[in-house]
Amino acid sequence: MKDNIDILAIESSCDETAAAVVRNGREVLSNVIYSQIDMHTVYGGVVPELASRAHIEKINPVIEKALSDAGMTLDEIDAVAVTYGPGLVGALLVGVAEAKAIAWAAGKPLIGVHHIEGHISANYIEHPDLKPPYLGLIVSGGHTHLVIVKDWADFEILGRTVDDAAGEAFDKVARAIGLGYPGGPKIDRVAKAGNPDAIVFPRAKVNKSVYDFSFSGLKSAVLNYLNHAAMTGEKVDQADLAASFQKSVVSVLVEHTINAAREHGIRQVAMAGGVASNSALRAAMQAACDREGLSLAIPSPIYCTDNAVMIGVAAFHEYEAGTRSGWDLNAVPGLRLGERGK
Amino acid sequence: MVYETFSPEETYALGCEIGRTAAPGDVYALTGDLGVGKTVFTKGLAEGLGVAEPVTSPTFTIVQSYDSGRLPFHHFDVYRIEDIDEMEEIGYEDCFYGDGVSLVEWAEVIADLLPENTIRITIEKAPEKGFDYRRITVG
Repeated sequence: MKDNIDILAIESSCDETAAAVVRNGREVLSNVIYSQIDMHTVYGGVVPELASRAHIEKINPVIEKALSDAGMTLDEIDAVAVTYGPGLVGALLVGVAEAKAIAWAAGKPLIGVHHIEGHISANYIEHPDLKPPYLGLIVSGGHTHLVIVKDWADFEILGRTVDDAAGEAFDKVARAIGLGYPGGPKIDRVAKAGNPDAIVFPRAKVNKSVYDFSFSGLKSAVLNYLNHAAMTGEKVDQADLAASFQKSVVSVLVEHTINAAREHGIRQVAMAGGVASNSALRAAMQAACDREGLSLAIPSPIYCTDNAVMIGVAAFHEYEAGTRSGWDLNAVPGLRLGERGK
Repeated sequence: MVYETFSPEETYALGCEIGRTAAPGDVYALTGDLGVGKTVFTKGLAEGLGVAEPVTSPTFTIVQSYDSGRLPFHHFDVYRIEDIDEMEEIGYEDCFYGDGVSLVEWAEVIADLLPENTIRITIEKAPEKGFDYRRITVG
């Protein structure tokens, strides 16, 4: 009986082709990420067909490197884990087919992992003391969820976006002001030189549900502001606009999180997803949590964006709980949080 | 048919009306600039179909399907489609030629794949008629 559980994890749901070996869900033995961002920058966003093709080309070398960086062979691995949803169907299928082939050939158990559960699990690497129950805010290009993590794999959704994801709003506003893709880091950088109170944009709130988010109206307000300025010949300060837009997004994310912590009496908060590396959000959430006496976990930027380490961490808890996926595991592009596909 | 709306609420209501009368196999191609109200219109159409859950942006996954309404509803955003083979991977034929109702944003990107009976909906602003004015052309 060996003491350590070593999991080979694969992630290919969108932009990144990634593989990692994670020991006991906490120790990173290797972390390999091939990013397609440069390739997609030309098109102002992810191009699905290009994404699938690039995943196919990169996945084998990425997995081989993950194993060799960890100093391990496939035989020494205890399980193979893979993201099976949500994401782009073609991109997901590459990872799922690869994981099934490897696990089958090596006679290892297969574990399908929910991408969002992976994101939130990224916190356990650098915050090994973080344990459920805690409040999780997952904000990325495709997702915006405020959840109570009740147990390792038990989530109660408190709020989510009713239209665009937070990161998508960053991408679309960045496109409109000519900053390009990916919008999040670019707006973050430009906003540092701007005045966040220069322009008052509507808060991304929803009337009917206290914890839901809406970013489509905010995006339209920014575009209308730009159109209006273009018609009247008024000059738009790019930095002020970026800072003001960013403030509107950040303030609603922080406010909902703090309100939920108060209402549910939860003392720990964790953020995850690409937007969690936004410097204004990190600073504002930290200040609010300090004020409320809440602990706050945020992964390092490398574990905020898509990576396979987080999949290996989430898979460890599934492994311990006895979860094993069948050979009929399929990609589920619209997989919802808390939902278990086949 | 050309409609005029003077608020997002009216645009939503028009979408709702179209959703209420939509038939199985209907494909709507929705065109309009960013921020013109495509999301508002689409949410209205989904409500008209009786879709209970929030209709969220399909930008990330290209298509989101909803089964809680009177008919299945397939909401596409094909802005990022580069090669139309990608649409086959997504299974668009089951949506366009099935029993559900499809709404396609940025439909011009996949013009060759749209069925002949596609209903075109264009939302436009006319600044001289006010900030919230929209001209919505259907068919």
